[in-house]
Amino acid sequence: MTESPRPYTLVAELTYRCPLRCVYCSNPVDWASHGDGLETADWLRIFREAEELGVVQLNLTGGEPLLRRDLETLVEGARGLDLYTNLITSGIPLTRERLAELKARGLDNVQVSIQDVAAPASDRIAGLKSFERKLEVAHWVKELGLPLTLNTVLHRDNLDRVGDVVALAESLAADRLELANTQYLGWALLNRAALLPTREQLDRARDVARAARGRLQGRMEVLFVTPDYYVDFPKSCMDGWGRRFIVVAPDGLVLPCHAAHTLPGLVFDNAKDRPLAEIWQTSSAFNAFRGEAWMPEPCRSCDRRALDFGGCRCQAFQLTGDAAVTDPVCSLAPDHGLIAGARRAALAPASRPLEYRAANPAPR
Amino acid sequence: MISLEQRPRLAAKARLRWDRKDERFMLLYPERGLVLNPTAADVVQLCTGALTVGAIVDQLAAKYAPQPREAVEREVLGFLTRMAERGLITPGDD
Repeated sequence: MTESPRPYTLVAELTYRCPLRCVYCSNPVDWASHGDGLETADWLRIFREAEELGVVQLNLTGGEPLLRRDLETLVEGARGLDLYTNLITSGIPLTRERLAELKARGLDNVQVSIQDVAAPASDRIAGLKSFERKLEVAHWVKELGLPLTLNTVLHRDNLDRVGDVVALAESLAADRLELANTQYLGWALLNRAALLPTREQLDRARDVARAARGRLQGRMEVLFVTPDYYVDFPKSCMDGWGRRFIVVAPDGLVLPCHAAHTLPGLVFDNAKDRPLAEIWQTSSAFNAFRGEAWMPEPCRSCDRRALDFGGCRCQAFQLTGDAAVTDPVCSLAPDHGLIAGARRAALAPASRPLEYRAANPAPR
Repeated sequence: MISLEQRPRLAAKARLRWDRKDERFMLLYPERGLVLNPTAADVVQLCTGALTVGAIVDQLAAKYAPQPREAVEREVLGFLTRMAERGLITPGDD
């Protein structure tokens, strides 16, 4: 067996609980069946074991990580290990005092999400009146001297306002703007008909983002996360399965990506039962899609197989029922017709109801 | 382009870390990391906001003697300009 790769980033999903109910939430649809199974000491041990494996970046996320009352202790522990600690948050619930305390404990960066550039549209997607509060939090971040990343998930109802999102990020003096096109998995897949934009919308938004990136160079980093329904080849999801990222879910399951535990047939280990290094290196789930041996055609003989690693396993499963096929977004994939069909549907304007994140999705 | 009179410092979002695993310096910033070669790490460690670029070049020219000062200056200016473009170094005032 070849030596396993070095992980650089630990994604700590501290809880799946969240006051928001975003219609494209990246937590699994059955999030409510995964409780907060890890104590403070468990997380601190996981951070230590991750750092020993080579991790240098820590994303504290969820759900809403602010709901963990031990967040201050976790930040302090992470900083003690010299991890670069990024809080990925909705900003709710938070006080200026608590944010100042998190900074004092060593927090490196705060990423605040906004769903749109004005309250009605943003609150509609979040399922909670929250927009004004988020802006206040973004101001606190800068006032306290913390770097600010602003994140907006893009979809057909806000893509035409990307220029306004950039302007808002500038007015907040954000250091980084993440324009993240919706990934159609989980809740977002349930809501795909309402969220998927047209190619024209995306092309315009990409041009706006590109111009902003040039204009703001050196002041604000502008990222435009690939909308993979409208590209010819898939993204290298998580930089490849079990290559760079470790995700630990609230119940302690150790995963190669946020949604891996939705894949049937894979057995994931719990961080409470085995050392992280052992799970990373030897667990069957982490090795299931590592390397190229698992690849079907057309991936197996494709020149791009070391660039995109066959795309996203969860997307392959959620669209085709088989996690081991080529990601259907690839134009060479046998199942690409599924994507072409969704694109065609996006051209037919129709208002469709949104399904909000809940304990259980409505039956279809 | 950064000038010899400016006093560069590390951007608020960036943090230097010694990577004991691969024995090198890394510059960490949100969701990214940059592996620094030893020369680049020397430059970054002097970007405290106290020293001018000229003073940084002086120190490194002494350290890397007998390399000509002009070569060191060219390298430092080029590196700092690229880092400023990426928002990882704040060029600072004259």
